[in-house]
Amino acid sequence: MNGKGIRIEGLAKRYGKGDTAVDALKVVNMHVAPGEVVGLIGPSGSGKSTLLKCLGAVIEPTAGRMILGDDVIYDDGWEVNDLRALRRDKIGFVFQAPYLIPFLDVTDNVALLPMLAGKPNAEARKQALDLLQGLDVQHRARAMPSQLSGGEQQRVAIARGLVNRPPVILADEPTAPLDSERALGVIRILNEMARKFETAIIVVTHDEKIIPTFKRIYHIRDGVTYEEAGEGQGF
Amino acid sequence: MISLAGRDIQHAWGKFVFTGIGLGLLIGVTLTMAGVYRGMVDDAKVLLDNSGADLWVVQKDTLGPYAESSSIYDDLWRGIRSMPGVARVSNITYLTMQVRQGERDVRAMVTGVTAGEPGLPGWPPQLVAGRQITRGHYEAVADVATGFKLGDQIQIRRNQYHVVGLTRRMVSSSGDPMVFIPLRDAQEAQFLKDNDAIRQQRRRTAENPAFNRPGVPGLLDAVIASQSTNAYVNAVLVQIEPGWDEQMVAESIRRWKRLTVYTRSQMEEILVGKLIATSAKQIGMFLVILAIVSAAIVAFIIYTLTLGKIREIAVLKLIGTRNRTIAALIMQQAVALGGIGFVVGKIAATFWAPVFPKYVLLQPLDSVIGFVAVIVICVLASLIAIRAALKVDPAEAIGG
Ligand SMILES: Nc1ncnc2c1ncn2[C@@H]1O[C@H](COP(=O)(O)OP(=O)(O)O)[C@@H](O)[C@H]1O
Ligand SMILES: [Mg+2]
Repeated sequence: MNGKGIRIEGLAKRYGKGDTAVDALKVVNMHVAPGEVVGLIGPSGSGKSTLLKCLGAVIEPTAGRMILGDDVIYDDGWEVNDLRALRRDKIGFVFQAPYLIPFLDVTDNVALLPMLAGKPNAEARKQALDLLQGLDVQHRARAMPSQLSGGEQQRVAIARGLVNRPPVILADEPTAPLDSERALGVIRILNEMARKFETAIIVVTHDEKIIPTFKRIYHIRDGVTYEEAGEGQGF
Repeated sequence: MISLAGRDIQHAWGKFVFTGIGLGLLIGVTLTMAGVYRGMVDDAKVLLDNSGADLWVVQKDTLGPYAESSSIYDDLWRGIRSMPGVARVSNITYLTMQVRQGERDVRAMVTGVTAGEPGLPGWPPQLVAGRQITRGHYEAVADVATGFKLGDQIQIRRNQYHVVGLTRRMVSSSGDPMVFIPLRDAQEAQFLKDNDAIRQQRRRTAENPAFNRPGVPGLLDAVIASQSTNAYVNAVLVQIEPGWDEQMVAESIRRWKRLTVYTRSQMEEILVGKLIATSAKQIGMFLVILAIVSAAIVAFIIYTLTLGKIREIAVLKLIGTRNRTIAALIMQQAVALGGIGFVVGKIAATFWAPVFPKYVLLQPLDSVIGFVAVIVICVLASLIAIRAALKVDPAEAIGG
């Protein structure tokens, strides 16, 4: 079991102070079980990115609680000292653009994280290759990112997000640049990986093509979340 | 862990190599400037070494004969030779001028040496070809840097000289090759006027009632004769007896002959500290400017490369890369650039130094100093880029 997945209770985030303050998140309650993929949908300016940044421990919320895996990471204040290590070990990130490191080949793009965590190069690369195989891009293992297609790049980016076996993956519009077939492919992979590694995954999206695949969806409007059962059965 | 800097350099090697070559040429120029200065110092030392003198006796209160003009009577050497502790003395004249050979015109330091006695101070110590001057007139020993060959006829003022010997690296303190001729000829060359000037001077003397007195027959002739001979030399070079203290000998010549005397170390101080001091400062200015320009280039390139990687840096930070790792990435690239530049510069300087008209002396120590300076400059220049990289917010990777 990969802990309790993601649990967010009463999370709030206010940017600025006084007259110019913006309450980007007012009341956010979410729960994502290990092995589950949920969608987070909302109009522009509703607070999606702010929520991901809070969960990703790159900005500090104003109030509330966040639990990742087994750890309470925020309870009206950070509960962990080393946010950098938290991001490295507990959270996988997948972005709209793959943001691969252009000067590292596919294997090392993925292996970089375990290397940063102190794993020997050979072991890190083996871990990366296993994952690339699972994502069906092992044949491009020695290629540079610029030589890959958009779909391949996104799969490598997913491999990077997964490689440290984090309990949580945060995906920010991961299918936006892809056509419908590839977009569904990415979602299928995320579902597979979630099941395989017991990872809790949040996919921020407004991609009509993939919304029907979610079993559960959170809507966010003006910083407030509403839960809704989706039409999908996952994969 | 892999070397992020190494991978980035591999990936963008074209940029690195071309920038490195550009930087390298600048570093080559810098090393050459240092070499030019070392060459000037070396020229000065070689001049002093080759003169074979322990003491230089010059006109009172001058810095002669190299840094200032000095002229003393050409018969003072007798008295100096009889002083205790003095082994050998010789008159010497130096005159930098254009020497003609056929259609060519070479700038040289024409040196007048006492005829017939090689081994005296002032004589060229070694020849690479031919023989020393043996006749009292119209023979010359020239440095190979003049381009003259054995048997060439060269023209100094109105007289023709026969090149009988060649030397190597006999140069003045400003790097001009030396041409040795007999002292008498050299004295004449210093003094020699053209025929018009001589005629005009005779007429003026004759018109002067002080010299042209009917009551004193022969006075006018005597005056004219004295005007047309040159009884001066620029210095007397002295070798002292073994076992004598040069300071003591110098002091007694100063006291008894009322002339200024310099020892070897004082002479070196004059040449290096005074004669080439301005050039040294000039070169120093160049070195400072080149260092600043190199720093600016490295800073600019590294900064641009870093700005091009802001997204990647944000991602690296988001996924948990330490600031230290990112700073090291940038600094290593700057140092690598400096390293490429230094190698290119060192090679370039080594290849082009011999082509320079003046002696360029590339000293290993200067290379070491240069290398350390390049690395320090690169590290400092990378700080701006590192500052920019460390300011990158990992939240930027997530976007708006
Ligand atoms: N750094 C910030 N400072 C102030 N206000 C911000 C900042 N970032 C976002 N906001 C505001 O917070 C609200 C939510 O923004 P955001 O989380 O980016 O929404 P979304 O990603 O859903 O479009 C918006 O009103 C936005 O203007
Ligand atoms: Mg957004």
